[in-house]
Amino acid sequence: MTGTPLVEFNGLKVKFKGERTVHAINGLSLSMQAGETLGLLGESGSGKSVTLKTLLRLLPPRRSEIEGEVRVNGTDITTLSGRALSAYRGGEVSMVFQEPALALDPVYTIGDQIAETVMRHKGVGRFAAMEVALDMLNRVRIPSPERRLKNFPHEMSGGMRQRAMIALALACRPKLLLADEPTTALDATVQIQILLLLRELQREFGMGVIFVTHDIGVAVEVSDRIAVMYAGNIVETGTTRDVIKNPRHPYTRGLLAANLHGAVKDERLDAIPGSPPALEEPPSACSFAPRCAFARPQCLAGLPPVTDLGAGHSVACVLEQPAFS
Amino acid sequence: MSKTEAESGQQDRGGPGQPLIIAKDLKKHFPVRSGLFSRRSATVRAVDGVSFDVMKGETLGIVGESGCGKSTTARLLIGLIELDEGGIIFDGDSLGGDIGLKELRRGVQMVFQDSYASLNPRLTIVDSVAFGPKIQGLDKPAERARDLLARVGLDPDRFAQRYPHELSGGQRQRVNIARALAMEPRLVILDEAVSALDKSVEAQVLNLLNDLRREFGLTYVFISHDLNVVRYISDRVLVMYLGEVVEIGPSEAIYAKQAHPYTASLFAAMPSMDPDNRTEEPPLAGDPPNPIDPPSGCRFHTRCRFAEDVCAARKPALSIIGGEEAHLAACHIHEPGSGHSLANREAAQ
Repeated sequence: MTGTPLVEFNGLKVKFKGERTVHAINGLSLSMQAGETLGLLGESGSGKSVTLKTLLRLLPPRRSEIEGEVRVNGTDITTLSGRALSAYRGGEVSMVFQEPALALDPVYTIGDQIAETVMRHKGVGRFAAMEVALDMLNRVRIPSPERRLKNFPHEMSGGMRQRAMIALALACRPKLLLADEPTTALDATVQIQILLLLRELQREFGMGVIFVTHDIGVAVEVSDRIAVMYAGNIVETGTTRDVIKNPRHPYTRGLLAANLHGAVKDERLDAIPGSPPALEEPPSACSFAPRCAFARPQCLAGLPPVTDLGAGHSVACVLEQPAFS
Repeated sequence: MSKTEAESGQQDRGGPGQPLIIAKDLKKHFPVRSGLFSRRSATVRAVDGVSFDVMKGETLGIVGESGCGKSTTARLLIGLIELDEGGIIFDGDSLGGDIGLKELRRGVQMVFQDSYASLNPRLTIVDSVAFGPKIQGLDKPAERARDLLARVGLDPDRFAQRYPHELSGGQRQRVNIARALAMEPRLVILDEAVSALDKSVEAQVLNLLNDLRREFGLTYVFISHDLNVVRYISDRVLVMYLGEVVEIGPSEAIYAKQAHPYTASLFAAMPSMDPDNRTEEPPLAGDPPNPIDPPSGCRFHTRCRFAEDVCAARKPALSIIGGEEAHLAACHIHEPGSGHSLANREAAQ
């Protein structure tokens, strides 16, 4: 697969200033092709949501400092402003949030909210926009969509609201959909419905999806590739199969063990000790080394080199260097 | 803390055969008020006739989706909300008759999901942990609190004087566990106690809970929506749907084969963890119904693919599954002679 990648991060650094400085993203490089679903997996504070917000240019400009390149379809989006930025947001890239009850506007009906977006981006009239809204509600399989168009968000259940949110995000046929923990707030039997819906719509529309989650099981269910984040950088990336069946980074292995899938009752869990770093300073060595059971002196000497294991599987860990194998 | 075992030995009244806690036909209905004069316009039947026992030293897992009444059940067990009907018997003593709330809460403690909201932000953590023992008049509360902090993995010299906002979520949940143990309880109710934690921290806390259970001879009621976690920690599992028990039994039995169609759907909704064998069909359509106006008969019949006329007409009773007395499910399919077309086949097997 050659050609321009859909998304390309090149040495992205994000720093938040204020009472406390936080180095949220530390030299992240990653690319993804059009039509691909990438699962961005990490725990709280690993920088996965900041990565998404950078992509949609949602970070507060006065309190954040962004370095490095972020290209979407070849365009550097870190410098977009004015009309170009408005056209990009919602037109080319859109987002589904964790809490649809908070992300949807409580005083407008679902139909109005979808139609507004379509009118804004596609330059069509209100009547045509409502037709699109109705079609979208059909596609996300909301029962009796004509009636639901006139519903306010509070009149819908959690699962239904998330479907409406997806309809809103996809109404302008974006090339890239960002999904920030879209099923975390839902019940198990509803979560699986939304995951399968997203997988189907991705196939139908052929869009790229970046799916942020802390739940490995969810990432496996939807993604073609998985990137594991820790302390503002990617520690391992590869096809879902490679990352799940042949995890190489000690952190990825720890996360898999902590999922408890197949854990034996009363047997001690192989838990990762400690907690993630505070990131007040930019990392000068492997950020995971203080919690790692396999740490060597080299781990603290400098940033871990990224080793390419082939087939798009790469790991940022000194243990993967030829000298250790 | 070396006295604990001797003390709980003294407290043990009914012997090992007597369940530590018996919940008998618990009912809690919340009124929904609306309008100018706050008239009662509807009723949420949050918990509607739930019965179970918890044996000494076992861990009972309670699973179900939001609105199924699992947290209300927990709050009823410890008397945080008043029962409408039913009774609670703690080691042979009935609540309200033989013992009062104060005695019950010496024996039963609870850890909540939100580690921050459940700690007083203006108390140092050592004061938070010592608060209960001080109120109950136990001796040397501060010393006891420091011992407990050390036991849950927080060095008292470093942490005792800190405030909750100075700790991480995992550390705060350790404080909450220490506080629950400060009363030397025999039963600890963990209501989604590890759900808000990151996976790597969750594993640490689960290890801690297992160690503490062995060390202090504790009994747990463990409420969670994560079936992997419940399987790991529980001896028996209770499944709730819209305020009722639909299935209860030994974890191995339920994880091997779910008898109730709802339990089966809940298990099928778990992510597969296998990229070559992903879930293709969602096991259930739609959201769980509102507990304000639960469906008639079997409350699951509106979403059940085996539903027949009898399911809407009559409420199924808990019946024994596979000849194992500890394993019960409330489904007409498993009730011989219920009139369900699959019931007789089940009986013939």
